[in-house]
Formats: sequence, C-alpha cells, structure tokens
Amino acid sequence: MSVDKATVAKIASLARIRMDDAALERMVPELNGILQWVEQLGEVDVTGIEPMAAVIPNTLRLRDDVVDADPLTGGGKRDDVLANAPAAEHGFFGVPKVIE
Amino acid sequence: MTELTSLGVKDIRDGVAKGDFTAREVAEAFNAAVAEAASLNAFIVTTPDHALAAADKVDAARAAGSELGRMAGVPIGMKDLFATHGVQTTAASHILEGFTPRYESTVSQKLWDAGAGMLGKLNLDQFAMGSSNETSYFGNVTSPWKKAGSNAAMSPGGSSGGSSAAVAARIAPAATGTDTGGSIRQPAAFTGICGIKPTYGRCSRWGIVAFASSLDQAGPMARSVEDCAIMLGAMAGFDPKDATSLQMEVPDWEAALNADLRGKKVGIPREYRMEGTDQAILDSWEQGKAWLKDAGAEIVDVSLPHTKYALPAYYIVAPAEASSNLARYDGVRYGLRDLPDGVGLQDMYAATRAAGFGDEVKRRILIGTYVLSAGFYDAYYTQAQKGRALVARDFALAFEQCDVILAPTTPTASFPLGSMNEDPLTMYLNDVFAVPASLAGLPAMSVPATINADGLPLGLQIVGRPFDEQGVLNAGLAIQQRAGFTAKPEKWW
Repeated sequence: MSVDKATVAKIASLARIRMDDAALERMVPELNGILQWVEQLGEVDVTGIEPMAAVIPNTLRLRDDVVDADPLTGGGKRDDVLANAPAAEHGFFGVPKVIE
Repeated sequence: MTELTSLGVKDIRDGVAKGDFTAREVAEAFNAAVAEAASLNAFIVTTPDHALAAADKVDAARAAGSELGRMAGVPIGMKDLFATHGVQTTAASHILEGFTPRYESTVSQKLWDAGAGMLGKLNLDQFAMGSSNETSYFGNVTSPWKKAGSNAAMSPGGSSGGSSAAVAARIAPAATGTDTGGSIRQPAAFTGICGIKPTYGRCSRWGIVAFASSLDQAGPMARSVEDCAIMLGAMAGFDPKDATSLQMEVPDWEAALNADLRGKKVGIPREYRMEGTDQAILDSWEQGKAWLKDAGAEIVDVSLPHTKYALPAYYIVAPAEASSNLARYDGVRYGLRDLPDGVGLQDMYAATRAAGFGDEVKRRILIGTYVLSAGFYDAYYTQAQKGRALVARDFALAFEQCDVILAPTTPTASFPLGSMNEDPLTMYLNDVFAVPASLAGLPAMSVPATINADGLPLGLQIVGRPFDEQGVLNAGLAIQQRAGFTAKPEKWW
C-alpha cells in the first residue's frame, strides 16, 4: 500500500498537524519508504498468534478507595494544574471561542 | 589528589563516606566541568545550585553521623525527559519549551532520596525519537570522541545522546537514560560507556514524558558495570502511580555482582550475523565470546528466527503509541500555543502542533495515525503486535537453552553528525540489534568492548531473562574485567 498527497493531508488533519503543500509533498515519499519497508511483516505466518500488548505479565491493581490516597495525584491542585497553561483565566484553561 | 571528575559513582560515594573529600567538592568540580563543556551541547539547562544543595545535605548528614544513601554525594545528569520540580522539562521539543513541572518524576525523586544531586537536564533526540541526537530542538549533541585523523563532529548516539556524551566526557559520573528501542544501549556503545535497560516495569514511568508506553523504560548510564548496578538499585522499585510498575522486590544488584560465570550458558543468536555489519563489530563479538568462555561460561548457538521482523514491528508499534501519547500536546494545558488571528480551537491545535513538533516527531505521529486508522489497523497494527509476540517467543525459547544472550549493540561505530540524514530508514536500521530486546521487555545492557581502527568505541550487548538484571550485570562485569577498556576521548572542548 502506498499513500498519495491527499491521503497524507487526511492523516495530517486527523493528527491535527497543519501542513502546507510543500510539507505534504516532502512527506509523501518519506512515509511511502517507511510503509513499504514495514510491509515485509506481511510475509510472517501469524496463524494462531495473539497480538501482544503487554510484554511482562502483570495484573492491574486497585488502589485503596481513599480520597487523595496519593497527595501527588489527588485533587485540590488547581493552581499547580494551571501553572503551565498558556492562557489560564479565572481558574480555568482559556481556549478560543468554540461555538460560532 | 585524583581529579574528582575522573571518578565514577562508586568511588565518589565511597570517598565521600570515608571523608577523602566532601560532596560539595565533588559537586563544585563537576559543575565547573559542565560549564567548560558547553560546546558539547550535552545539557539543555544546567542546575549547579541543585547539585550543591544536594551535596551540602549529604555533607551535613555525614557530619551528623546519619546513614548515607546509596548515591550519596554523586551529582548526576538527568535526561530532559524526566519531569523535575521547578526545572524546565522539554523532551528537547519546542512544544514543551518553558514547561516547568510542579511535580517530580518517581525515578528522579528516588535518586534525590538516595543522596544524588542534579548537574542539569541533558539534551536528547526530540521526544526520544532518533538515534543520533540530531532531532533536538535545542541543537545536536556532539560526541566527545573524534575519528582518528578527522575533526568531524561525531554523533553520541540517541536518543540519550546528552547522557552518553556527558558521561564519556567526564562532565558527569553517571546519567539517567530511557530506552524505547535502544536509546540507552546504542548511545552507550557509541561513546564507550555502560548502560542498562532493566526489565520493562522495573523503573516507574511516572513523570517521564511518554513516547511509546509499552516499550519505554528508564535506566542508568555510567562508566562501569558496578556504577550501573548501584544506580539502577536507586532508580528501580514498585510505584503505584504507574499501572505497569512491577510489584517485586528490588534485589541488591551491587552486592550480588559476580563475574564467575561457571555453569552459565551464553547464547549466540545466529540471525544477528547480518549483512551490513562492520567486520570490526563481528570481530569484537568473537572476542566477547572468548571473554565469557574465559569467565567459565559455556557458549551455545541459539536461534531467534523472527529477528528480521523486530524493526518493522517496532516502527509500527512505537509510532502508533506515540501518535496517541502525543495527542496531549494541544496548546491548552501546558507548553506552546500558536493561535493565529481569528481561528477556532481545531485550527489552534493544528497550528500549535505544526510549530511545536520537529520533522521526525511529525513523521512518526503521521505513521502512527495511519496504521491506527480505520481500514489499516489490522493490516499494520495487529500484524505488528503479532510480530512482536513472535519476537518475544523467540527469546523465551532461546532462554530454555541459555542464561544470557551475547550480541553486538550496534551494526556500526558512531558516524559523523549529518551523514545519515538522507533517508529516515538508514537511521532506523542502526537499532537493529537493540530493538528486539525492547519489544520483548527484556533486561539488556551495553558494555564497551574495544576501539576500532578509527579510534572509536564499540560495545557488546547482553540480553537476559525477564527480571534477571543480575545475570546481565554479571556477564557485563566479566566482559569489563577482560576487555580492560580504558580508552577515553581526548579533551578538545
């Protein structure tokens, strides 16, 4: 499978990365080179093989049902959470108008 | 007196404990060495005050007769992928420029708790994506090594290139690294130092800027196997804040170091004899076999038949996870915002991400977005996850016949900066020997073996069973004792 400029433009839009024509033109052969190379995976016989998501067998734990059990990840951190926001206002994240 | 900056972790810790010198003297010596080495561009920011404050705490604790931590008095470099409280954390990206965390990553906190201090935040490939340290927004890191007879700037490897350059240049006794597909081992090999990636889950990922979460793992980089064992002991441990953290005892790796390999079997994977590998690398591999045999081990041939597919599987899985992880950079909560006049929220996201990510990061996000998109998910992503399962199964079967695996770390020595930029694929291939162990989550280490005809270091890689960091470190120690690697870069910076 290979991608054309329209497909790369579609992917870039899904990934929310603005790309002009020149950037798209440049990206097409690069992505095709990578995609053609990874396609050798298609020759592997994977009959009966389960896709692997986690390499080391591990079970999910439940944390204690306690408010702010870990103060670092608990609540009450509004100012810390907003400290690095590019446009924090009145205790909220500021964003451009969403509804026209 | 020995120059303090020539000392490693163990010698500094023991010297401070004995009173041969103070932690403050050590911190001052390294702060000065860091300041002198700006031309390496190994650090994005330096934090001399952090190093001094930590040192003063250790000196005061010693004066008070308190017990000292296992890294007491050792100033280290921190890869700029670890969130550090009050100190800019960028992942070498523009999009995180100026980001100043209000919290500390688990691994860095554990190091401070063990008595270490921070010399600064080390440069890296942007979001740890790269193998040469040429994708950083803050400029390339230059290796302290030079090719014999050439003045060309060489690559320190990547992504932990600031870490490898700093440790090799003796401006830090040790540094943290992270390894997603070779990012500790390959730079360690390129610069003649040691680096170990532990079993996936040993070190908490909490507070490490995420690249590919099922692969990312932190580890130490230092100039000896002992130093790596000490520092890994300080970094590892269960952390409830990381859902994939291993809930297991951390063994005392330092105390159990033992280079006597009698009764151990070392596997030599035949598929790692690949075309395009330097003859000098193949020769060093032969030498490595002889060293481990000399240490008492039996050498056995093993097969890892799906090796060829590890790299393509990695370049689907890692970008897929990256495209998802990096979706968080939206210009709203932290980092850069690019808001052209009169545009709405969606255009702000797209403009911010266009301005904030470098080319390699964009490339990987696009690949990841594509392989996860409707209609292609099964053909690419599911197939890659199955390929990954086969790579992991290869190792499991091989470990029925051997205790550790010996292989080269890289197919080539370091190369000049700028020499591999034509095609992204040629760069990817440099991790061909490193990626399989990452996909399988196994502990793996690079140890310096020798110097090639160009005067550049070559590394050997040891891969172990899950949770058997000890076996990896022990084999590494056996190589270290026999290799007698003492070469160091001549100071030109």
